[in-house]
Amino acid sequence: MAPPFSWLRPEPQGLYITPADAWIDPSRAVDLALVTHGHADHARGGHSTTVATPETLAIMALRYGVIEAGSRAVAYGETVALRGDVRATYVPAGHVLGSAQILLEHGGERVVITGDYKRRADPTCTPFAVTPCDVFVTEATFGLPVFRHPPIVDEMAKLLAARENDAGRCVLVGAYALGKAQRVIAELRAAGYHETIWLHGAMEKMCRLYEDHGVDLGDLKPVAGVPKAALENAIIVCPPSALNDRWSRRLPDPVTAMASGWMRVRQRARQRGVELPLIISDHADWDELTTTIAQVNPAETWITHGREEALLRWCELSQRKARALALVGYEDEDD
Amino acid sequence: MQRFAALLDALVLTPSRNAKLALLAAYLRETPDPDRGWALAALTDGLDFPAVKAGTIRALMAERVDPVLWTLSREYVGDTAETASLLWPEPLGEQPPPPSVAEVVATLTATNRASAPATVADVMDRLDVNGRYAFLKLATGAMRIGISARLAKVAFAQAFDVRVEDVEEYWHGQAPPYLPLFDWAANGAAPPRTDLLPLFRPFMLAHPLEAESLDLADYAAEWKWDGIRVQIVHVAGETRVYSRSGDDISATFPEVSAALTTPCVLDGELLVRGAHQGGEAGGAASFNALQQRLGRKTVSKAMLRDSPAFVRLYDLLIEGGDDLRKQAWEQRRARLEALVPRLDTERFDISQVIAAKDFDDLAEIRARARDEAIEGVMLKRRDSPYVAGRRTGLWYKWKRDPLLIDCVLMYAQRGSGKRSSFYSDFTFGCWNGDPDQGAELLPVGKAYFGFTDAELKELDRHVRQNTVAKFGPVRETDKSLVFEVAFDSVHTSKRHKSGVAMRFPRISRIRNDKPAHEADRLETLKALIAD
Repeated sequence: MAPPFSWLRPEPQGLYITPADAWIDPSRAVDLALVTHGHADHARGGHSTTVATPETLAIMALRYGVIEAGSRAVAYGETVALRGDVRATYVPAGHVLGSAQILLEHGGERVVITGDYKRRADPTCTPFAVTPCDVFVTEATFGLPVFRHPPIVDEMAKLLAARENDAGRCVLVGAYALGKAQRVIAELRAAGYHETIWLHGAMEKMCRLYEDHGVDLGDLKPVAGVPKAALENAIIVCPPSALNDRWSRRLPDPVTAMASGWMRVRQRARQRGVELPLIISDHADWDELTTTIAQVNPAETWITHGREEALLRWCELSQRKARALALVGYEDEDD
Repeated sequence: MQRFAALLDALVLTPSRNAKLALLAAYLRETPDPDRGWALAALTDGLDFPAVKAGTIRALMAERVDPVLWTLSREYVGDTAETASLLWPEPLGEQPPPPSVAEVVATLTATNRASAPATVADVMDRLDVNGRYAFLKLATGAMRIGISARLAKVAFAQAFDVRVEDVEEYWHGQAPPYLPLFDWAANGAAPPRTDLLPLFRPFMLAHPLEAESLDLADYAAEWKWDGIRVQIVHVAGETRVYSRSGDDISATFPEVSAALTTPCVLDGELLVRGAHQGGEAGGAASFNALQQRLGRKTVSKAMLRDSPAFVRLYDLLIEGGDDLRKQAWEQRRARLEALVPRLDTERFDISQVIAAKDFDDLAEIRARARDEAIEGVMLKRRDSPYVAGRRTGLWYKWKRDPLLIDCVLMYAQRGSGKRSSFYSDFTFGCWNGDPDQGAELLPVGKAYFGFTDAELKELDRHVRQNTVAKFGPVRETDKSLVFEVAFDSVHTSKRHKSGVAMRFPRISRIRNDKPAHEADRLETLKALIAD
């Protein structure tokens, strides 16, 4: 008999399910790809068949154009039968719209691959569901005990206070175009902010997509062509790369804000020239990672990417069997 | 402590000087005594608690966090205080409210090596994550957030709408939490007494000369020496040497501090003796020689022997009990000339007044001056009192014309603050031989000012359109653009590949008309070396 879980192999380009000849979040084009969510480092274009949630497929279609006819939409809770007697069930991961964990079952063994996930409430996506399994394959982007994301209401209060205090300026918030931007906008609305929120051109389509999927983002307008004076005291959302780019010169003396879990560390904020760090992440922080492992309580924990050393150490201290897969190519410098 | 922590975070993340000033001024205005005074001392590195060291924090953390997790975290964050503030376990149960800055200072002052860990832990439990960071920075005396004493004084003046010169004068001799200083500035009380202590008095400064000519009947001319401006104070048996920023540099130049025994306050240029002979009154070495002695806390015997310092005197502010600052320059000059023969001649001489018939004659004398220790000419109104800062119409500096060289733009880096979207820091080079014979460009300097806003836009566009490689925030260009670089002097340097270092390089104009291979060669620059 084959050793336990040998049907699932970490390869340089992703996790490979041998009996099904299928890949999870492969970094190059393959015949059959199971995709957890729409971020570019997980969802690459060009696969012959992509199996993902309808939201993730819509996001991929927006980014890569037409998705091949062979793609297969799987709703949360739905199970797909793959070749070689492998069953794949998509479970909410709470990371961004459409993000899923994938539960694989084969030969009586259950493996959950989290993709990216978080445990905090997020008005723009379905919350993470704890799924019992033998092997829990987790991310560890913020896998250091220094990362403890504060409550998002505190960060929204900081953002709104900056807007109040700096009359005549605008607040420019750098946020990932998929997920973070919409979450920041939705949380601003929840905090009672109902003014127009202005968008960098790269944000518009994704926000529309969220709205098409029932996420209410309030009044959004593109910043292009709007005179400087009309943007005083405004909140503007742009991709992190645009924060200090030529594009921002058209804005009235922006207070540079950035919504990212990395903002927890002052030096990271300084390096990016951020005046207003907003500690907001769509990834699990240290407490969420360790709590989730304890709740899922798997026989083994595999760590895909991020700061795996510290999480390995935590598993060792709490007498849990764990290994690092050291998958490359999943980067989240801006999240 | 929470308000102080918020100030600290805002200061760390605010790039602009004006915004820093506004933050600090608001804090000083709105925070009650004595917290604001202690905070001011902490920000300007004026507090020291010997019982608390970085090791104290490490030991505390070792009791609370797994050593492997600590090391991984510390390596990632890069700062012990910040790591500890993030990893500190939130205490169970209700805690007393956060302490005030004054309470923290009192607790830390009273603690000793043995009680320090318990004291620190107790305060940590009462603070949130930003409060813990600020507290640990304060306790270990390692703020390093770029608040100079000068910036703090300007903010203080701004906060209470008082003159910064007065703040400078009264500040010295005051100890934290500076209650008399706040009482004077905020409540209009009488200023603190300053005449019995070896205090710093703010320097009188000069404007650059812009007029075509001045009447020498009204203005006296003297040489502007290329050393560092100092003030030497002797009172009640104590001597201090102060730099232009008011820093006490007595220990760096012990031979000078030891040499003054007459109660007075002198203004002059500190120079070291060397080969570049000034002629009449004893030679001075170039600035490069002086630089070897700057910034040292202790001075070796060899240094004292090989590069002895002396002061070339410009002015006399106070003699004995007489404050001469309200008198005319001519009267002070007469008192100075009478005093100098009584001083130690090895350490003090007088900066001679230039005997010129008229302004044209002076211009000629200035043009002929070849001494490397001369930076230009000073013009002082004969009836000018000694007033702090730059006052229009009283003193002018007429620097020597800058040296010029044509260099090729090699690398550009993004600026910060308002300039963060511009490539505004430029590294430029000269040819190490004949460019038609395969010579290469070697970087010779870096400049980030001298250009107009319109020129900055042009340079930024050039960099973006002619990039050949990127290294993080730095772009390498195709080395096609020539600009004229103005600089005050150039010296040999072992630290640079080109072997030279320029003083005050700035971009004087863009030479679109000049092809890169016609830019200057390193040998041209080396011929201008003044060591």
